[in-house]
Amino acid sequence: MFIYSIIVATLTSLLFLTQSLKKEAMDVFIEAPELIVQRMSAGRHDLIPVGYAEKILSIPGVSSVEPRYWGYYYDNLTGGNYTLIARNIDALHMVKGTLPKGPGECAIGKGVADVRLTDLNDVLFLSINPQQKVSLKVVGIFTADSAILTNDLVVMDKNDLVNFFALPKDMATDLIVHVSNASEVPTIAMKIRRDYPDTRPITRSEIVRTYENVFNWRGGMALTMFIGPLLAFAIFAWDKATGMSAGERQEIGILKAIGWETTDVLKLKFWEGMAISLTSFLTGSILAYIHVFYFGAALFAPVLKGWSVLFPPFNPIPYIDLYQIFVIFFLTVIPYLASTIIPSWKAAVTDPDTVMRS
Amino acid sequence: MILHPGALALITGAVLCFSMTAYAVVLALKIIWHWDISSSSELQLALERRTYLISTVMNYVMGFEILSLFLYVYTLDSIHVLFVGAMCATGSLNANPIGWYVLYTRIAIFFLSATWIAINYLDGQAEDYPLVKLKYKFLLFIAPMIFLDGYLEIKYFAGLKPDVITSCCGSLFSDESKKVAGSLAGLPIKPMMYVFYCAAATLAALSALSMKVKASIVKYLTSFASILFFPIAIASTISFISIYYYELPTHHCPFDILQGTYNYVGYPLFVSLFGGSFFPVASGVAELFGSVPSLREPVGKAQKRWYVVSIILIAIFVGFSSWPIVFSGFTPF
Repeated sequence: MFIYSIIVATLTSLLFLTQSLKKEAMDVFIEAPELIVQRMSAGRHDLIPVGYAEKILSIPGVSSVEPRYWGYYYDNLTGGNYTLIARNIDALHMVKGTLPKGPGECAIGKGVADVRLTDLNDVLFLSINPQQKVSLKVVGIFTADSAILTNDLVVMDKNDLVNFFALPKDMATDLIVHVSNASEVPTIAMKIRRDYPDTRPITRSEIVRTYENVFNWRGGMALTMFIGPLLAFAIFAWDKATGMSAGERQEIGILKAIGWETTDVLKLKFWEGMAISLTSFLTGSILAYIHVFYFGAALFAPVLKGWSVLFPPFNPIPYIDLYQIFVIFFLTVIPYLASTIIPSWKAAVTDPDTVMRS
Repeated sequence: MILHPGALALITGAVLCFSMTAYAVVLALKIIWHWDISSSSELQLALERRTYLISTVMNYVMGFEILSLFLYVYTLDSIHVLFVGAMCATGSLNANPIGWYVLYTRIAIFFLSATWIAINYLDGQAEDYPLVKLKYKFLLFIAPMIFLDGYLEIKYFAGLKPDVITSCCGSLFSDESKKVAGSLAGLPIKPMMYVFYCAAATLAALSALSMKVKASIVKYLTSFASILFFPIAIASTISFISIYYYELPTHHCPFDILQGTYNYVGYPLFVSLFGGSFFPVASGVAELFGSVPSLREPVGKAQKRWYVVSIILIAIFVGFSSWPIVFSGFTPF
């Protein structure tokens, strides 16, 4: 029963973790822009001329278009990758201090602040080469609650960023398109693609779907790895059910001698299996809950999360989906019940006479 | 797609059912060939013991199949977000049409294996196992369905491509659709309501009559009524019960009611419908064996119980169907 619980706990932890990662990602994407337009060049994401914005704005249904400036910066000092972004209108608000108001100021994520040992009013110095460097006064630090979004973020003034990355004039990283009516997004994406064949419009629902797929795939992959242990467990259950102790055999013998039918013994065995299964299932699920939501899934997080120097601290949101429980039930209890049928039957058909004599 | 946790669970279940049924079939063949109740040989004794094993195995398979019918629908419902254009289970099914066949075979398996369990139950009540050969021949008939079902299910999940653009229930179950589903959705509401309530009342009345009257013909008639009632009820769900739940005169999907937005009302609705239309059929099948002397008493007892259960389930089904009609402010006509 201990092993049974552990098996359930392992599988449930995996699903709880993927589910909670998925939920967190989805919560983030709710606030993502409906439509992002990137320019492609040689099959890769390239800078987009700001001039594209005007024509896109003239498409009926588009309420506004803003250019977005951002880029990645590899920091030699700490070995971490930062995301540098120019402040735009709907910037995040979970900040200690303020957001940069002009050139020479920046707001940084908790992770960046920690690895660079920087606090409010300190100076953050970034440099790619002697020509491309910038030193910024830290005027705000994002709070830990928003870590999954802002951990590696450096928000700075647009001009600082353009100069730092030496972006050509009138070029932006991508464009954010706001659409008044959400159901028109696919049509507008299609029109943008028609007008500018070199662009790639990405809708929010596409991102959400991709993530959904990735998480399902990761969860499923991890589950597949556990098919081996699951089989081993079924064999173990079989073996355990076959090797009845002399006491148990005698018990069945006595039951049959006092008038129990084979079907009654089978029923007894079924309920016995159910009792064991449900107890282990419950214990296992509780263990998994504690493991994932109190200890941050310490055992599996590396497999399912990925790897980076500046990784956001991860506190899964407690969230249980009935469907997941049902899936785990199917993967553990049913193989267990199936593997105990034949041993139970063997026990049930034994002659009371032979059992008690032996 | 096959790596979705739900799909993995379903495939595990299918493989288990597959192997358990295969094992039961091998045992069943032995019994069909060698069974002789009058013999007291060692072989006969061993076979008699084996019957318990087959019954247990098939009871489990049946249980798994019922659970996996629900898990299947639940999974379909939860993977619809992966497909462009899908809004509920219908979209997931349209993404790879084999899914529809899985649903049909699974429903067929539900009724067939429930009938098998009923026969097995009656057989167990009699001292001389009068139905042994018959029930194992019947098992040989069900087994290929279970194999086919497992095969189709694996094929369905393996063939799901997330980039397929599917159609949602709004286009399949719409009045304009040319398919069967569309014509079901287009059924006029008011006449359909009369048909539905008359059918439910007739079935309940016949079930009640069957408990009192000994004549076999009444029981067969009840079974027949129940077989008719099932499609009528499904058509009614598509035609008017669903629109009352959605409070939307154009939305006829029978799968959306399984979603949390509608408090999962689809589950009790369909469980009561499946159960309610199965038991009268089971009683009719039992009536076929009423002439066997050792079965006369068990059959009578079982039938009485089954008719009561059926009436209760049909009442629950009608209750769930009528709830929004009576209590919601939605008036389509």
